[in-house]
This record gives sequence, C-alpha cells and structure tokens, in this order.
Amino acid sequence: MKVSRSKSQSPLTLPERMRWRPALALLPVVFAASFAMAQAGADKSASDTRRSGYQDMGAALQKMQDDDTANPGMLYVQLGEQLWAKPAGAASKACADCHSVADMKGVAARYPAIPENSDRPIDLEGRIQLCRASHQQAERLAPESRDLLSLAAFVARQSRGLPIAPPDDARLAPFRSEGEAIYRRRQGQLNLSCAICHDDNAGKKLAGVTIPQAHPTGYPIYRLEWQALGSLKRRLRNCLVGIRAEAYPYEAVDYVALEVFLMGRAKGMPFEAPGVRP
Amino acid sequence: MTNVLINAPKAAKKGEVIELKALILHPMESGFRPGTNGTIIPRNIIERVVATWNGKEIFRMDFSPAIAANPFVSFFAVAAESGKIAFRWTGDEGFAVEESVAIDVA
Repeated sequence: MKVSRSKSQSPLTLPERMRWRPALALLPVVFAASFAMAQAGADKSASDTRRSGYQDMGAALQKMQDDDTANPGMLYVQLGEQLWAKPAGAASKACADCHSVADMKGVAARYPAIPENSDRPIDLEGRIQLCRASHQQAERLAPESRDLLSLAAFVARQSRGLPIAPPDDARLAPFRSEGEAIYRRRQGQLNLSCAICHDDNAGKKLAGVTIPQAHPTGYPIYRLEWQALGSLKRRLRNCLVGIRAEAYPYEAVDYVALEVFLMGRAKGMPFEAPGVRP
Repeated sequence: MTNVLINAPKAAKKGEVIELKALILHPMESGFRPGTNGTIIPRNIIERVVATWNGKEIFRMDFSPAIAANPFVSFFAVAAESGKIAFRWTGDEGFAVEESVAIDVA
C-alpha cells in the first residue's frame, strides 16, 4: 500500500523546541504515555512513516485531546452515554437493551463493515441508523445531528487506544479500490486529488497549517474551527468544498468507499476518538 | 442532560493551591451571524459563570459573544475547608446549569 512519500517537516526539531520553551520538555513524556499503550499490539514498524494528525498538533492541543475533562468531544461522549441507555422508537428499546458497553470495544476501529443480509459497507453512523431502523423502529437521525454524533462518539470512545483493524472481508475489496480511485482522482475547479495534498505534500504547509496524511484515527473529531463534533463524512465534504468540487449527497456510497480505503490505509494505527483537531 | 465536565481534585491539603477546570456544552451563538434565510440568528450565550466554595463565591466571570462554543474555564483557588465546590452558568434564553463536586481538605 502506498503511503506518504514525504517526511513530515517540523519548523523546529525537538531539541530546539526544548531550548526555546523549557515547559515543553515534558512533551515527549506526555506523548509517550498516551501512545505507548496504544501502540502495543499495533503493527507499526520503525520503517512506518505514517503519522496521525495528533502528532502534527501543538503540545497544547495534544494535552486537550488527552485530558478527558478538557477534550470537548467528551461532552458528546457523555451525551451519547445517556442516549445509549434511553429507549427510542416504536420498539421502545435502548441500545443498552441489546448491547453491553464492553461489546463496543473495538467496533469503531473496525468500521466501515458489511452488515448481515447486505452487500454494501456502512460506516459507524450508518450502523447506528440501521439499528435504529431495524431494532428500535425509530426515525433516522439527521446526518451530523448532535444525537447521531454523540452516539457515535460514545461507541468510538470504547475503542480508544486500539489499533485500527478493518475486517478481513473479501467483499470489501471492490469498495476499497473504488475508494482509492476516488482518492487519486482529480476533481473540482482546482483539479486536485486527495493524494496530491495528503500523499505528495503531507507534512508541508498549506495556509500556515501542516497538511496531515489524512489518517482517520480520531473520528468523530472535535474540530476547533467547527466549534463542534463532526464525522469523517463532514471532514471529507470540507475537503471537497476546499478543492471546489461539489460535495456528494450525504447518502452517497462514495464516502463509505473512501472511508473503507482510508481505514485500510491507516490499518494498525492507534484509534484516538474523540480526537481534537485545529 | 448532564453536559458539564468538571476537573477538580477530590482531596487537597489545607492551604494548597489547586486548579479547577470546567467545560460546558453550549453553542455560544454570537447574535451577529445571519442564518440560512438571511435573518440574524438571535444571540444565545452564557453570560456568567460563578463558582462557590461552600456557598461562598470564589470566582466569577462574565462571558462575551466573542467566546467560542463549549467554553472552558480554568482558575486556581486556595483549599481552605472540606465541602462542596459549585459552578453555576447562567445566560440567554433562561439558561441555568449548576454542577458541583465534593472536596476533602485535610
């Protein structure tokens, strides 16, 4: 699999940063603590040049993500925990009536996956919608609605620290290659593909911001620019608007195909949800 | 619905300086933004947060429309006595939320 060709370029090397700001001397410790466990069991070798967006953030943002009482994503996790136990729909069943929270461990690190009696993959939000429709007989939640994101955040939180592990399902292969085709396809008025920024120029600056390698390690993320929690779909739509392409409709299978490809590309990287990103 | 996260030590020594942090879910709508139909979205912000220690006010802050959504407040206090630290947020549209944590001072 093809990953970033360019190494990340930090304006200052670590020893330089430490000289300028002694307070940052703790940074490697904080970093090591939060990732040491996560990386145990993850298939990440020394030659792996993949970087999570987390590693390109400043120390303050990293601390914000790591501290469960400072990470605003945790507000939604808290809401999601309440929704989890609340009966919904005509069946008046709560998520908790069928699932234990412990069972949710690793689920978000595995999706998108193909559900039973289907031949198309769905992402975590899609899975929640499917459960609502089939088991709870409840109305669909609006895309990017607070309830849907909160439930997704609560489920995703249970996988924090686990390696991303897409299912070993041959039926996903065509969707993965479809996702890769979209990833490499030039589109929009700027005629850019995802790969041009996130493979060829990752680690360089765009408008003063480090271009990440686009590994979906922390979704749903709390993005400071949004001042809210958002899904990977929202992030993809943002990028499409950025290259002045027309965003696909919310139900489009293109997003899920891209997600299948991106999760495969990030396989083995530690899952961080809910992530904080600038 | 609980939508507040408070980070305070559960125990402290008498006279110790402790940090108190509080995060709350709130849109902090500034009142300057037009909505999709072009009309201004009415202002909806938290106007004030007050912290009390056993009923005695120890911290107060007035918020402005320029403060981002889900405001995070952090400040320091001297641990004087065991009891309850309460945070109260009040604002537009009758917004009022109170949450408290217990602290043991020895």
